[in-house]
Amino acid sequence: MSGLAKNPSLAVGGAIVAILIVAALFGPEIAHRDPLAIDLASALAAPSLAHPFGCDALGRDVFARVMWGARLSLGVSTSVVFLSLIVGGLIGGASALAGGRVDNLVMRAVDIVLAFPGILLAIAMAAILGPGLIDLVIALTAMGWTGFARLVRGEVLSLREREYVHAANALGARPSRVLIRHLLPAVAGPVAVQATFGIGGIIGAEAALSFLGLGALPPTPSWGNMLDAGREFLLIAPHLTTAPGVAIGVAILGFNLLGDGLAALAGRSG
Amino acid sequence: MIRYLIRRMLALIPVALGVATLTFALIHLVPGDPVVAMLGDTAAPADLAGMRHQLGLDRPLAVQYATFIAGLAHGDLGESISYRQPVARLIAERFPATLELAGAGLLVAVLIAFPLGFIAGANPGSAGDVGAMGFAILGISVPHIYLGPLLMILFSLDLRWFPLTGRGGLAHLVLPAVTLGTALAAIIARMLRQSLIAVRASDYMRTALSKGLSPTAALLRHGLRNALTSVVTLLGLQLGGLLTGALIVEMIFSWPGLGRMLIAAISARDYPLVEGCVLTFALSYVVVNMTTDFVYAMVDPRVSLK
Repeated sequence: MSGLAKNPSLAVGGAIVAILIVAALFGPEIAHRDPLAIDLASALAAPSLAHPFGCDALGRDVFARVMWGARLSLGVSTSVVFLSLIVGGLIGGASALAGGRVDNLVMRAVDIVLAFPGILLAIAMAAILGPGLIDLVIALTAMGWTGFARLVRGEVLSLREREYVHAANALGARPSRVLIRHLLPAVAGPVAVQATFGIGGIIGAEAALSFLGLGALPPTPSWGNMLDAGREFLLIAPHLTTAPGVAIGVAILGFNLLGDGLAALAGRSG
Repeated sequence: MIRYLIRRMLALIPVALGVATLTFALIHLVPGDPVVAMLGDTAAPADLAGMRHQLGLDRPLAVQYATFIAGLAHGDLGESISYRQPVARLIAERFPATLELAGAGLLVAVLIAFPLGFIAGANPGSAGDVGAMGFAILGISVPHIYLGPLLMILFSLDLRWFPLTGRGGLAHLVLPAVTLGTALAAIIARMLRQSLIAVRASDYMRTALSKGLSPTAALLRHGLRNALTSVVTLLGLQLGGLLTGALIVEMIFSWPGLGRMLIAAISARDYPLVEGCVLTFALSYVVVNMTTDFVYAMVDPRVSLK
């Protein structure tokens, strides 16, 4: 396998993302401590064997909280990207297939939403909906779907004119068959690349919203609200900001590298 | 040129109207009653009705929308509930601080990105390239909300070079600006490197080299200008992000700008102020993007102004 050596982004990014997934799935069991258990005796304790990432102001184990935070962060970001993909893909695909006036109207609407800065849209939505995980997912999806709508529309518009699609149409294939057998597989590649970058972006946006107090609310551990809580103790307990900060950075780095790698892979094969 | 400028400004109107409509829809159509949110679940129905009347929320939606747009047309954004002052005045007071921060962030981004991108692009594969691009990938990945506290620990608490928070002289501006500009610097440096590498293979570069220019001089004199067009495009796409990034950086450094006022307004349930801040952010984003198109056309003469 010389492929991985030629594409280090894919290898490193893939490895980081794999570790993140393991952390999200099994981390809470590996940490085997209650992320909410308060132990004032070890408040602000520095990292030690018993508490590898130390303890926060209430003596809660930071390692356990980072692991639960990984579950929340990955859970929220994959749900948001999945929902954005469905909503954006359906709207973009339908718009392209409908064509003409409908397409024009839909794309103007998408342009207006795109003219609105994404994180601001999410902040405004979260402000109105109130904090909470479901509301957080809705607010972030409101920001995420437009990119997919544009991408899928563009892909479908160009694929529709390919010869093999014309051939399928000429052979009398039903539109649904053309869509499922011929268009979807061809769209999958670019969509996978954008979805990978999208997860990284949403991890950052989720952390920012939770940091601002508009996402996951304490005591639920999320990387963003851990960072916010740790800021008070910058000088005496820097590990409180370092642990979630590095987690966010590594997670975003992992998905960015994986996206770069997938894009290079798609570029070579297609 | 002037005709082009006027056309672009006219094109701004429908987009601005759309953005205003979306802002209105966000505040008024998203489920959740702002009045209940403001006064709490246990408020007496009479109080709720009174507040609703005061805010004009008891009128039909179409009337509220018309009032909102009409007010907007002459700069009236209503009155803030928590400050008891016109929203437009509050925004006019805070917005310069946000612009100052965003401008400084842009300056930092450019100052870091150009040397890095040039070193990397001039000698791809060299140690300088690997180092610069390593920095770039780190810069893209480190979120503001971590970089900010990190810089605070290092340069404010440990080294005591810069003040921790607040707005004042130049010293106050450095850490927030670096926090805001680093990610953008990384993105621009990567783009500049790519364009320079592409430019190096072109015929005019070979001509410049064959007439005896040193590789660095040729790249500086002929390559950089041609690489600039793609950098300016990217810069424009990212400038809006600088504004929203400022929103978060303001929270980290207690910077008294529009973003901090927006977040405070959200927790105070001051909906007229939330609406005004969101609208101002969104409209500046639109204006910045339009301006970029224009600058792009000036940098690259091949782009027709028609």
